[in-house]
Amino acid sequence: MSPRPWRLITASIITAVAATSCTAGGQSPSGGGPKADAPQTIEVWHGWSAPHEVKAFEDAIAGFHRLHPNITVKLVKGQDDTKILNAIRSGNPPDVVSSFTTNNVGQFCSSGALQDLTPYLKKDEVDLNLFPKAVQDYTQYKGVRCTLPLLADDYALYSNKALMKGNRPPKTISQLTALAKKLTVRNPDGSIKVAGFLPSVTYYEHVPEHIATTAFGATWLNDQGRANFATDPAFAKYLRWEKSLLDWYGYDNVKKFVHSMGQEFEASNPFEKGRVAMAVDGEWRTKFLQEEAPKLRYETTPTPVDDARANTYGGGFITGTVIGIPRGARHAQASWEFVKYLTTDTDALVTFANGLGNVPSTIPALASPNLRLPPQFTTFLNVFKNPNSATIPSTINGGDFVVKFQSFVQDQWEPGKVANLQQGLQGLDKKVDDALRLAGG
Amino acid sequence: MAAAVPVRPVTASRARRRHRLRVLAFLSPWLVGFSLFFAYPLAATVYFSFFRYNLFQLTPVGLTNYRFLFKDPYAWRAIKNTLWLVVVMVPLRVLFGLALAQLLTRIKRGGNILRSIFYLPFLIPPVAATVAFVFVVNPGTGPLNGIAAKIGIHLPDWFNDPAWTKPGLTLLALWSIGDVMIILLAALLDVPRSLYEAAAIDGANAWQRFRRITLPTISPVLLFSAVTGVIQTLQYFTQAMVAANASQGNADQAGTTTAPGYPDGASLTFPQTLYNEGFQQFNMGYACVLALVLFVVAMFFTLILLRQFHAFGDEE
Repeated sequence: MSPRPWRLITASIITAVAATSCTAGGQSPSGGGPKADAPQTIEVWHGWSAPHEVKAFEDAIAGFHRLHPNITVKLVKGQDDTKILNAIRSGNPPDVVSSFTTNNVGQFCSSGALQDLTPYLKKDEVDLNLFPKAVQDYTQYKGVRCTLPLLADDYALYSNKALMKGNRPPKTISQLTALAKKLTVRNPDGSIKVAGFLPSVTYYEHVPEHIATTAFGATWLNDQGRANFATDPAFAKYLRWEKSLLDWYGYDNVKKFVHSMGQEFEASNPFEKGRVAMAVDGEWRTKFLQEEAPKLRYETTPTPVDDARANTYGGGFITGTVIGIPRGARHAQASWEFVKYLTTDTDALVTFANGLGNVPSTIPALASPNLRLPPQFTTFLNVFKNPNSATIPSTINGGDFVVKFQSFVQDQWEPGKVANLQQGLQGLDKKVDDALRLAGG
Repeated sequence: MAAAVPVRPVTASRARRRHRLRVLAFLSPWLVGFSLFFAYPLAATVYFSFFRYNLFQLTPVGLTNYRFLFKDPYAWRAIKNTLWLVVVMVPLRVLFGLALAQLLTRIKRGGNILRSIFYLPFLIPPVAATVAFVFVVNPGTGPLNGIAAKIGIHLPDWFNDPAWTKPGLTLLALWSIGDVMIILLAALLDVPRSLYEAAAIDGANAWQRFRRITLPTISPVLLFSAVTGVIQTLQYFTQAMVAANASQGNADQAGTTTAPGYPDGASLTFPQTLYNEGFQQFNMGYACVLALVLFVVAMFFTLILLRQFHAFGDEE
């Protein structure tokens, strides 16, 4: 072969590899470390980054410093799951990590990236009934409890009192539908001026899991851990309701309204601006409303439920931040003391919840008289305690099934591209199951 | 005489060996770099493509990852989108850059100011530029569609309509044309004036001068722009992802339920799929298959373009 083709091939390989390289490596060893009463420094990674959030965390662990003066805690803010997993994989993990999402708990637990906390819990006789059932569920995967809850989020219905025009917030889906139509104000060209309630999954927190899970009682996975969209009639019921109300508004009108409303976490939020009468949102909105729309008069009530499930009214979708100890953590004993303190100590949780405007994640903290939150927050505390509240299951590939369902609704169902709903849902089931199998589920 | 015969080959052989060692010594920094940063990652990518690998557990799965590629709707959508961008965006960027550069060579006054104005968008960090661009063309909150509507032009809903998302990204790429423009401008200014003068004396018109003098002279630079454009487009990631998130009003973070490639997969590029599989789903084995596909495609384009490049060299 003459030198020229070699040069060509070498240059091509360099170019192409530079564009595509995908590297990986071996596993990191597990760690143990000194006893909890030895002088040591533990490194804690968390996702909060705003100054008031960082301060809230520091305030929450003040009691830990008093309890364990030998343990110095180094907090590292603004970390996400990718950084966490890369650190664990590199064999140089922090001692404690917290993740904003429960979606990756299945992956964390099944892969052993985070240590199973069961031996620690048993040793210290920690009663898991401190946590509501839904919270117990989303912090473990197939019996491996590799995380504990660190505050929680739940969802309820916000109603703008002025736009409600004296109507009481709805409790059932039929009431919600009727009121949404009644409160909607249109422009002369038919476009939406004020929306009663926007059913589209493209409206911020109106994603399917926040509404279908508890309002319609949808079960996302069957007993075998496979997608349940075509089998559970709750999904079809939810989708038909969602589409019928969407079509009442007009798909193009909803699209135009949604695309003109700006970012979710800005003062331009249409609920804060008085362009939406009712909206399902997380408890954190109370904090935003305090700061961005202090004059807005609003109330909160549990998310309306399907008329056939009226007896379940009061519950809602729950999720939250989780915390765990990576495998290979160098100060595992001290880390456990920290995790135990932060997830079970009532004062720590209440201080943290007050600072962030989140729901404290234990039942005693929920009842604490020291909680200083606006009156509308009470709904979220009640939703959190309600036995009908639920969350989505953990899987080995995170929230892939939720993402695929969202995509199906948003891109296929809402624009009217699905001729046969049952067939569409069966196809979706197959896609989800294929992805689960690929991940080893 | 008899003793001298065996000495010569030994000396020659030693000299050759020394020469080879010297060559290797000079090459060693490159060889080490090549092995560590190119050869090893490539070999590892091939190796891990036969495993289910979530960064912690390694399970052999044979050809499962390769078979999944054929039924992965996201990957095929991403392949189609990326090819669309390569076929449409790259030529348009080169042509637009050339047109702007040509224009700048003709302007007598204010050329420097215009050059700076055209180049400036390229200096804006891609995330900031994309967010700003999406805001400007947003039909509800941005000024562009509003102004156009006042003069009777109804612009599309660029980043929310699947049919207009890739043209919207192309428009964004043309706005940030500074890199291509400046290279081509330098090439155009490098064309000897004497050639144009001789052609003018021979009676050549503007098109003939461009076709017979400008184009052949700047061809290597055009090819360079095309090669780098194709490679950049195969890696197209940031703008597509930011535009998708910004246009649907979400600040993306791990665990959100944002479907990739909003709207309806129209902005899903191949590197985005690779990232999603590797670093959000943690299907590293399958991500390696996707990386290998990208490798083969990138290599294919690079080979074609470099062969053309050599053809230019031979002509010269």
